[in-house]
Amino acid sequence: MIDSLVNYLGYEFVRNALLAGTLSAILGAIVGYFVVVRNVGFAAHALSHIGFAGAAAAALLGLSPLHGMLIFTLAAALFMGVAGDLLHRRDMAIGMVLSFSLGLGTLFLSFYRQSFAGQARSILFGSIFGVSSGEVEEIALLSALSLALLAFFSRRLLFASIQPRLAEAKGLSLTTLSAAFMMVLAVSVTLASQIVGILLVFTLVIAPAGIALRLCRSVWAGIVTAVALGVLVVWIGILLDCLTDCPATFWITAIFFLLYLAVEGFCRLTSR
Amino acid sequence: MSQALTISNLRVTLGGNEILTGIDATIAEGEFIGIFGPNGAGKTTLVRAILGNLRPTTGSISIFGEPPAQAARRIGYMPQGNSGLELTALSARAMVEAVCRGEKWGIPWTTPNDRREVERVLQLAGAATYADRPYSVLSGGERQRVMLAQALLGRPRLLVLDEPLASLDPKNQSLLIECIAEIKRQTRATVLFVAHDMNPLLHVMDRVLYMAGGGAVLGPLDEVVNSESLTQLYRFPIEVVRAGPRVFVVATEGNVTESECAHHDHD
Repeated sequence: MIDSLVNYLGYEFVRNALLAGTLSAILGAIVGYFVVVRNVGFAAHALSHIGFAGAAAAALLGLSPLHGMLIFTLAAALFMGVAGDLLHRRDMAIGMVLSFSLGLGTLFLSFYRQSFAGQARSILFGSIFGVSSGEVEEIALLSALSLALLAFFSRRLLFASIQPRLAEAKGLSLTTLSAAFMMVLAVSVTLASQIVGILLVFTLVIAPAGIALRLCRSVWAGIVTAVALGVLVVWIGILLDCLTDCPATFWITAIFFLLYLAVEGFCRLTSR
Repeated sequence: MSQALTISNLRVTLGGNEILTGIDATIAEGEFIGIFGPNGAGKTTLVRAILGNLRPTTGSISIFGEPPAQAARRIGYMPQGNSGLELTALSARAMVEAVCRGEKWGIPWTTPNDRREVERVLQLAGAATYADRPYSVLSGGERQRVMLAQALLGRPRLLVLDEPLASLDPKNQSLLIECIAEIKRQTRATVLFVAHDMNPLLHVMDRVLYMAGGGAVLGPLDEVVNSESLTQLYRFPIEVVRAGPRVFVVATEGNVTESECAHHDHD
């Protein structure tokens, strides 16, 4: 088994998958920590579906789906951030935008004559082994930019997430912070969807952070645990894909689901 | 004694409704002011204006000689309600650390100085013993102490406490009031304490700011909370009933104005 794994690591597409997966997992775990603390999980989920329309539109125009998604999710994130808590915490509004975006994506795909199903499948469920070296570079650049931006305002963001009224009283603009965070989230969601697909972005952006927050009492322990979990599970998922007939996306979601069950069970038993 | 807070002719209009209709108040440094009044009297609006989160339509607010926006660093604020961090293991200490110098740029790194400051406010608020437990498992009274600790960061000269007694049982109300009175003695901060019921605060406050119908009167308890003064403020017959040391504000014509029906003995 070890031999065949080493053998697989010799392939460029496997190495690219591991690199892209690692980068997306790191970004997703860190951004996800703030998503869970801010309780905007549904908005994160909706952003990825808005990205579906973008990816489909890009496919129709012959552009890279990554770029299409980025444009759509960034625009939507800016709008959601500026519209503020009123909008992005309202389930009804988010649900409506989410379903309309999927509808729009379906429309664009129906105009797309060649291999409708293949294109849709890779957008929806990811194509981790289809990441090229150029795309890895792009993902690395986007992750670095997002993390740098997040690092710049993360102290304020954490304050505003934990005690928004007090942050406002200290002169922080909740709208600006929210908009900036939603932009970082848009990039994170777009990158994660390259790996696990739009439908399963939740697994990379929320699952590691959600599990870490359930276990860790300090912020830094939580972020480090989330990153470690995210990277580890993505690696295991990709390697299991190489060794079995089951896709990486399945393995990643399945491992997170089991981890979630275990942690939830542990927390209930110890009544936390 | 110098002024901590000067409010002159403060009017606030929100969405066409005049919420505050000309409030004047001068509060000296080190005073403990209880702010009372029925729901919708404009207490929260007044607090928001003092914090600089709401621009007055006319009039002005001066805090230690500065407008609210500049005075933000001198104000400690305890908002109403709770953080929604259920089902996380994040400790109370982590939640106070997150607020410590939280208005700075950069990553939320906690320096040794921050750590000492956080420990100081946790001690002051009486929350140090359970600060390392997850916030989500703490009781209502313990959570209020954690919020109080957050408000005490940076040694504020003015403490604005918005309904800290809400959802606490009488015993915890009393404990929290004693804690705040002790903090006031130690730090000599000025305290604005918004509450629904004035009875638990009778022995600690210096003066009363009573609000109704967008107006307010400020003064010693006996001068403000009497039938004549409140009837004038409410523009409606109001009777103040004293039962031993306790004070009840009731409408002469039947209904109780404050939710004194939900009143509880405090022991």
